[in-house]
Amino acid sequence: MAQRVAIVGTGQTDHKSHRPDVSQREMIQEAVMRALADCDLTIKDIDAFVIGNMDHFESINYVDTWSVEGAGAIMKPIMKVTTGGTTGSTVAIAAYYHVASGLFDKVLAIGWEKNSESDTTAAIITCSDPIWDRFSYSGAIPSLATEASAYMKQYGATQEDAARVAVRDRNNALNNPHAHLRRPITMEDVMSSPMLAYPIKLLDVCPRTDGACAVVFAAENSAKKICQKPAWVKACSVRHTYTWFGDSSDYTSGLVSLKRASQEAYEKAGIRNPAEELDVAELYLPYTYAGLKWIEDLGFCRPGEGAQFVADGHTNMDGKIPVNPSGGVISTNCIGATALLRVAESAIQIMGKGGNRQVPDVKQAIATGFGGCFWSDVMILGAAMP
Amino acid sequence: MVTERDYNRLLTLSFDTPMPYEWSVGIHGSRFFHEIKKHQRFIGIRCPECQKVYVPPRRVCAPCFKELHELVVLPNQGTIRAFSIVNYPFIDPDTGRQRPIPYTYGYIQIEGADNIFSHIINETDIEKIEVGMQVRAVFKAKTDMQGHMSDILHFEIMENPGV
Repeated sequence: MAQRVAIVGTGQTDHKSHRPDVSQREMIQEAVMRALADCDLTIKDIDAFVIGNMDHFESINYVDTWSVEGAGAIMKPIMKVTTGGTTGSTVAIAAYYHVASGLFDKVLAIGWEKNSESDTTAAIITCSDPIWDRFSYSGAIPSLATEASAYMKQYGATQEDAARVAVRDRNNALNNPHAHLRRPITMEDVMSSPMLAYPIKLLDVCPRTDGACAVVFAAENSAKKICQKPAWVKACSVRHTYTWFGDSSDYTSGLVSLKRASQEAYEKAGIRNPAEELDVAELYLPYTYAGLKWIEDLGFCRPGEGAQFVADGHTNMDGKIPVNPSGGVISTNCIGATALLRVAESAIQIMGKGGNRQVPDVKQAIATGFGGCFWSDVMILGAAMP
Repeated sequence: MVTERDYNRLLTLSFDTPMPYEWSVGIHGSRFFHEIKKHQRFIGIRCPECQKVYVPPRRVCAPCFKELHELVVLPNQGTIRAFSIVNYPFIDPDTGRQRPIPYTYGYIQIEGADNIFSHIINETDIEKIEVGMQVRAVFKAKTDMQGHMSDILHFEIMENPGV
């Protein structure tokens, strides 16, 4: 039986396109110090660590070992978990498992990436099968574009429908002091930005960011002592699909891994009508069309209705299910941290620490992770102890 | 705050060496390429449990976790299920050079197969390509074949499918 676990503190760096002032370890250390400060703990209080990034990106292997100084994990148990884009959320879920097992009391989850130190597209291509996929696979953007092309054909969604998602997320980022991109954009800006891979334009897609995030998970008794308003973990789910890109893509069934992961999480959390019962959603949307498609897979609306749901304002800050008050992935993308930031930002909302980006009265929040091989993670957090 | 003039003080270290690798294709994958070279035809493999046909063939059906043996000959054509016209430069990690752009890459469901095959489609005009179109494989000259995905040059849109 799983023990009750809560997030009691979070920390993140001020995300930028380039951080020449810090080595990778030093950047990790910043996020860790901020997370500890957030919940008034010291590194001595942490029993175990889970860390992840896009392992091959910076071409330094065994991140669990060489990062140990920055993570604060000297002579303590540390495990590396890297699962592509879902890394940050899988790291969070693995940290949760550590505490829920009853074996560790306080565990630190760390996600990070120095995207300026990697050739992102070339590195992503190396995650594809060298014999079957690498010849044609072209990185994250065209791969997501193929999904968009099929969706537009199936439901008639337009580039304008998608552009609304970018305008929403980028304008939300203005309220987030940590976000990477903090300049407002309009529909015209998105529509006139250069076409990278049809139908994805420059402003439809996430940036490349240097950044780190750390989140403290604590067992029930400690959580209550450490934090006045902890964010309790109500449910987690992880779904990874086929290895070969061609196999994972059933283009008319939606993002199957997200459907199944969210169904399982909703069942565990007792949620029947997600758009009504969730108060805020921090979703891993690496590009705009995902903001139309994947909310259908999450059950916020029916298949084919995503574009209308967004256009009607339901996902705005004053809508029934505010999406990405932090600005989301389209405003900040330090890949290994990105999915962990969704968890951290959801926790921030529940803990009431959102400042200008705080949604009023948050009782339940959902965080999702997405990986380029169409994998999905879901975590549901609540203000009330489960 | 880091400023422009700090960039001289803050150093970076570069790494430029190519790193060679060699991967085993396996029994089924190798057979796929031999069939392309000898007969210019695709072969897939069928799962005894769920009956799905996969191309290229592989040892195991992932959801059933059953070992596969029954090879199936497939036509050299299929349907475009999704595509994208790639229009931004990037370094191909296989060659260390930039791929010439624009090019179109897509997912093609080969007739008779249940999964989707990833390759290049030789049409880069968005007005002339659509999800659902029929495409056929175009192969390299036999003498140029190397047992590599590029032995299939690309897929071309069929003018009169079904003829």
